[in-house]
Amino acid sequence: MDFLRPTTLDEALAVKAQRPDAVPIAGGTDVMVELNFDHRRPGALLDLTRIGELAEWSSSDGQISLGAGVSYTRLIGELGDVLPGLAMAARTVGSPQIRNRGTVGGNLGAASPAGDTHPVLLATGARVELASVRGRRTLAAEDFYTGVKRNALEPDELITAVHLPIATGGEQFAKIGTRNAMVIAVCSFAIVLRDGHAGAAIGSAAPTPRRVAEAERFLLDELPWDAPAPLADSFKRRFAELVAAAATPIDDVRGSAAYRTHALGVLARRTLTWAWDTYRGSARACA
Amino acid sequence: MTTTESTDVTAAQGIGTSPVRPDGTMKVRGEFAYSSDLWHEDMLWGATLRSPHPYAHITGIDISAALALPGVYAVLTHTDVPGVNRYGLEHPDQPVLAEDVVRYQGEPVAIVAADHPETARRAVAKIDVGYEVLEPVTDSEAAVAGEGPELHPGGNVVRHVPIRFGEQDVTADVVVTGRYEVGMQDQAFLGPESGLAVPAEDGGVDLFVATQWLHVDQQQIVAALGLPKDKVRLTLGGVGGAFGGREDLSIQVHACLLALHTGKPVKMVYNREESFYGHVHRHPATLYYEHGADRDGRLVYVRARMYLDGGAYASTTGAVSGNAATLGVGPYSVPNVTIDCWGTYSNNPPCGAMRGFGAVQAAFAYESQMDRLARACGLDPVEVRLRNAMSEGTRLPTGQVVDSAAPVDELLTRLRAMPLPADRSGEPDLRHLPGGVSNTTHGEGVVRGVGYAVGIKNICFSEGFDDYSTARVRLEALGGEPAATVQTAACEVGQGLVTILQQIIRTELGVEQVTTLPMDTSIGSAGSSSASRQSYMTGGAVRAAALEVRAALVEHAARILGHDRGDLSVGGGKVVSRTDGVLADLVDVLGDAAFDRTVEWRHRPTESLDPETGQGNAHVQYGFAAHRAVVDVDTELGLLKVVALDCVQDVGKALNPQAVLGQIQGGSAQGLGLAVMEEIQTEGGVIRNPSFTDYLIPTVLDMPPMRIEVLELADPHAPYGLRGVGEPPTISSTPAIVAAIRAATGLALDRVPVRPEHLTGT
Amino acid sequence: MTSTPDVPPAPPQSDPGAAEITTAFTVNGTPRTVGADTRVTLLDALRDRLGLTGTKKGCDQGACGACTVHVDGRRVLACLMLAAQCDGREVTTIEGLSREGRPHPMQDAFVRHDGFQCGYCTPGQIMSAVALLREGRAGTDEDIREFMSGNLCRCAAYPNVVAAIKDVAREGGDHAHL
Repeated sequence: MDFLRPTTLDEALAVKAQRPDAVPIAGGTDVMVELNFDHRRPGALLDLTRIGELAEWSSSDGQISLGAGVSYTRLIGELGDVLPGLAMAARTVGSPQIRNRGTVGGNLGAASPAGDTHPVLLATGARVELASVRGRRTLAAEDFYTGVKRNALEPDELITAVHLPIATGGEQFAKIGTRNAMVIAVCSFAIVLRDGHAGAAIGSAAPTPRRVAEAERFLLDELPWDAPAPLADSFKRRFAELVAAAATPIDDVRGSAAYRTHALGVLARRTLTWAWDTYRGSARACA
Repeated sequence: MTTTESTDVTAAQGIGTSPVRPDGTMKVRGEFAYSSDLWHEDMLWGATLRSPHPYAHITGIDISAALALPGVYAVLTHTDVPGVNRYGLEHPDQPVLAEDVVRYQGEPVAIVAADHPETARRAVAKIDVGYEVLEPVTDSEAAVAGEGPELHPGGNVVRHVPIRFGEQDVTADVVVTGRYEVGMQDQAFLGPESGLAVPAEDGGVDLFVATQWLHVDQQQIVAALGLPKDKVRLTLGGVGGAFGGREDLSIQVHACLLALHTGKPVKMVYNREESFYGHVHRHPATLYYEHGADRDGRLVYVRARMYLDGGAYASTTGAVSGNAATLGVGPYSVPNVTIDCWGTYSNNPPCGAMRGFGAVQAAFAYESQMDRLARACGLDPVEVRLRNAMSEGTRLPTGQVVDSAAPVDELLTRLRAMPLPADRSGEPDLRHLPGGVSNTTHGEGVVRGVGYAVGIKNICFSEGFDDYSTARVRLEALGGEPAATVQTAACEVGQGLVTILQQIIRTELGVEQVTTLPMDTSIGSAGSSSASRQSYMTGGAVRAAALEVRAALVEHAARILGHDRGDLSVGGGKVVSRTDGVLADLVDVLGDAAFDRTVEWRHRPTESLDPETGQGNAHVQYGFAAHRAVVDVDTELGLLKVVALDCVQDVGKALNPQAVLGQIQGGSAQGLGLAVMEEIQTEGGVIRNPSFTDYLIPTVLDMPPMRIEVLELADPHAPYGLRGVGEPPTISSTPAIVAAIRAATGLALDRVPVRPEHLTGT
Repeated sequence: MTSTPDVPPAPPQSDPGAAEITTAFTVNGTPRTVGADTRVTLLDALRDRLGLTGTKKGCDQGACGACTVHVDGRRVLACLMLAAQCDGREVTTIEGLSREGRPHPMQDAFVRHDGFQCGYCTPGQIMSAVALLREGRAGTDEDIREFMSGNLCRCAAYPNVVAAIKDVAREGGDHAHL
């Protein structure tokens, strides 16, 4: 196995074009497990940790451009105020040691249905920036996940950044695990409410992380956006039903399909309440 | 036992104090050599080929491709086992390497030695084994019914333990019944199975290994290798936790075989996944109980049937079944008892020793029953326990009279009097809530429950086993100081035995400087570091040896000083006369003399159980602990936060109070794990979760702060009055937590671990 | 959905062709060079190549914390990092925590508070605890618990681990060692 360690993005893209079999590695939290357990023997590894450009973020026009190599720890510390939903998800990733190295870019690259940040990326309407020697493109997050641990990357492409809107309303992320720390999601849910946008997505409950379109449409159409008032239980329950209906989970060692579906409904109901409270607060603050 | 009257109980860093561990500094510096850290010039690495099938006939083994791999030194199968290809703690039924059949997934079939661990693993993959896959046997109750194919000659029942006590056909006004299940728990020690075997010039082998019992390892190894005992020498490598999981063999015979075959040192280390296949687990159990009581909640009878799945090989299934049966009614006085406990074979992973050893399974059932009885009688759960609490003088269902303190009443009373944690109030910190920072609730759906449980554990080996320990103590002057040396084969597995043995010597000989020699087989057996027995047994042996040394020293001092020996004692590095005070420095009295005594020490004998009635004085001593759990349950999501887990335990005498607290915390945490998260899940004999991402053990965030009260009610039969400490807290922790969850949810919850599915009906 | 298979994984049948790479890095203040297969983890390089066995292997998949070390001052898991990724970086292990033969205050505190039993997880616990102080996460018990939750202890010496960390934090952290 060759080990390739470019120091600039251009160099990395050139390498990736020559060696499309090279597996990118950043924090290593997914790739290394596969290597250690001999699940994967790539011909080459492409180490992205020396590329400064990937470890930066910038802000403009109400958007954050988050470099694919920014660690979860930095994301929580530096962007927790403007990307609260993503920071909530990041706080549940593995352990402090893993958060010091793990990145949103790596989460996207692995594209595990259980990856913690996916539901937030989907719910907030994030776009994934991909680059190759052929140029750059961005994809909506929902178009990025194509199957179990599969994504839309071309063999010569690298994930360079994620573009997300700065939170202006309410964002929530919640994850079910049977331990109170360091646990892989049994299922997870994210919701983002801001003016003109209602996003909701599920994790670990379908072959890919998934937006729940019907539930989103329900929120967009039915939430009392102009006169934000507390929501009726019946309203939350309807939302929960729509979320649960969108899940196609499986039974596995971490939980039953029935439980996942049930739990998503509960999480949907609760996080809607919290996110709507925040939205109402921000609406009042602007008024 | 020798008189204790001149024991210097105030010795600096003697018993009753909490000196730091002698191995502590090395452990915090990373300098302590665990068995996986061992290294030898020119050593090879061993690896094991394991069966992927729970049950299959082996139709052929082709090792030629593996042998042809450069760097491979040996590929061995059962035909290379020179001695008896069978081992086992109770009876030898387990092949060192499988012959014509494999009986569990992960059973060793072949072993490899190569010059690099990666090469060894590759060679393992190149061994071609033909399997004819068979339908696995997985049902314990069916085994008892005589159904299904026989996995071993004589059938699939390893042991049936009947208990018949009092009247067998008595009736009662209040009857509660239940069926309970306990999942398969894993010891999950952090340091994997590992060791280093070094071939010796005499044709023998030296093995450095993490184990719980050097001599029983040695006994099994020599049988398999066909060597005399003196040719197989064991030394304890650093042990990264044990909890019962190192009582059976893992790498021991394999590493020795490879070393003897290649003439080179061979190191073997399991990885985490292999570790799940490489040691026995806690027996999963199904238990049927019926409790009959009068309307005041006083027990009239208990009837129970217990099925313990021992998996593919016997290991300690017989003794585990004996414990489950004899302790099957719990720490209560019950006049009429009918119990049948079966330990069975199946094609599930082999099960054997784990902290609590049979008492854990029974306790979940009988304590669940006591709560049910309390409800049926309209009584408080503590009150119903108090009304039935056993005490000194109570007869166990075996007919044995409990002849030392059994303070069940006091444990519960003290526990109930402890303050409860404050209610949740104000803006909640997510970390105090079920789900933690995963942000699943801000208080919605959360209901608090409180539960109590109390348990009983036999301490030391029971049922007529010749249980002894050997200790050598030496006293001499070294570098102008009196210095003691202690040698035993007792395995330090983290429990702090090395600290306690030094404390005992300081107390008995009044010397500060105590050196502990490496634990190895150059001295007689110390027995196992299990059954909460080492403080009692090896502590007792060291004390006895120290007292012999002291007696010899006093005799010597009397001669030198021209004093009456009856007037002399030693303490604080001095020889002291009762009438004349300090006579001389110990170091001067010692001069060039050395006092060196080896003692083989036994607890009072026990009896085997009558095979028809289960009657007999089978146990030596009992440990009692009680827990109160406070649990916040998210009733909608089925997630939990154990808010408090308080414990009262009688330890007879706390030789090292800090170590006692550590044992109570650790045991309670393992009970918490069984209550709410820990289970090896099997499907048709196949383990579905052999990893730390899916076999979850409690983190620091799952473990609540504990209030602990320690009672010291001396057992007059035991050294210093001590009681074994390590296991009792594991036993009552689980049912207390489940009782709290029941209190919060109103659900029956007859299975542990409790999963979110059980709480949400999904 | 699970990341681990139900049966032991079978290595590939063909030799993939090992490539060697030389990594030059600083370990506990000393420049070291390791020539090894590119697939060698930092953990195996430390233990098998450099003889620094204080860093423990507990799970090989980032689920136990026993292999916690510091790389460029941050705590990371040595099992999830390739040795080659450490080229030019500074690695500190449990063996490098003492200064001039004096143990780090955290090491003393773990002994004093009996913050372990078997001790196998202890190097990882201590490396995490030292980092936690630097990260400013020792302010409350809740913080300590959350930010130590990546280090499993099967002996469950957790109360004493928390007590040891609080003790060092109270004494002003490890400034003498920074």
